[in-house]
Amino acid sequence: MSSVVIPYRVKPHPLTGVTSGKLGIWLFLASEVMLFGALFSSYVLLRVGSLPEHWPSGVEAGLSVPIGTFNTLVLIASSVTMVMSWASLKMGNLGAFKRYFGGTIGLGLVFLVVKGFEYGAKFSHGIFPAVGWPEVSDPSTFNALYFTLTGLHGVHVLLGILVNLWLLLFGVAIWKTEPEWFTGRIEIAGLYWHFVDLVWIFLFPTLYLL
Amino acid sequence: MALSESDAEHVREHVRVYVTVFVALAVLTLVTVGVSYLHLATTYAITVALVVATVKASLVAGYFMHLISEKKVIRWLLVLCAAFFAALMLLPVGTQTGSGPLWPL
Repeated sequence: MSSVVIPYRVKPHPLTGVTSGKLGIWLFLASEVMLFGALFSSYVLLRVGSLPEHWPSGVEAGLSVPIGTFNTLVLIASSVTMVMSWASLKMGNLGAFKRYFGGTIGLGLVFLVVKGFEYGAKFSHGIFPAVGWPEVSDPSTFNALYFTLTGLHGVHVLLGILVNLWLLLFGVAIWKTEPEWFTGRIEIAGLYWHFVDLVWIFLFPTLYLL
Repeated sequence: MALSESDAEHVREHVRVYVTVFVALAVLTLVTVGVSYLHLATTYAITVALVVATVKASLVAGYFMHLISEKKVIRWLLVLCAAFFAALMLLPVGTQTGSGPLWPL
């Protein structure tokens, strides 16, 4: 059985100047912009279409600004540890990479646990994504958007954690033989993680503060 | 992976930038939260929140995702993406027919 090697996984493609992996992740992230963009667009449409007095602010809808702020800082910190883990590999320091990368995974988990408590608080008040349907009321439109946007984002965080865990526990094995390939993989994982952080940077004010 | 001393210095310079960006992001987060407690009129509140979020997003994309030094092909890809994103965000404006609600909710 012959193995297929993806071309230009370490050396940049002569035409594009980037590796296959990097071009691939940016194309994927562009599609992600459209996925989240469609939901943001829906938010604008629904909010503009409703009467202002029928649209609750995040606080009126029961969201906690301090908790949202805390989670925002957690995700930003996880982006820093992510980029530091990549820089550690660039400097050949595998130990520092493991610490920073483990920190990113840990902070991602903290974000999800906090989000879980927020969801739990909503559920305990009888607030669910589809409450009020089929009689659509404005508060439930807000809740539907809140759960859809944060749920989709949370799934992205979870998938990022799982991929990062795999890279930390198993993917790291190629560091000994192909360090540049592994460093490239961490850069790609980082691009995805920073994108997830970037989405939250817009989600937080949209849902919690406005 | 062995790096030359100049390369290592280059990465160390990057690390200083990352820490600075982190501090800027944290401060901007607190700014946007602080402004929300001022209870500005909706138009101003949305403008401030979106401007601060865009600045934060630019910092993340520019420095953490290395876009400021990224190759042309990636930048053009994102210009195309931004154009489609703008079209997507303008869709609600295009479908808005008047000042009232689009449909009774």
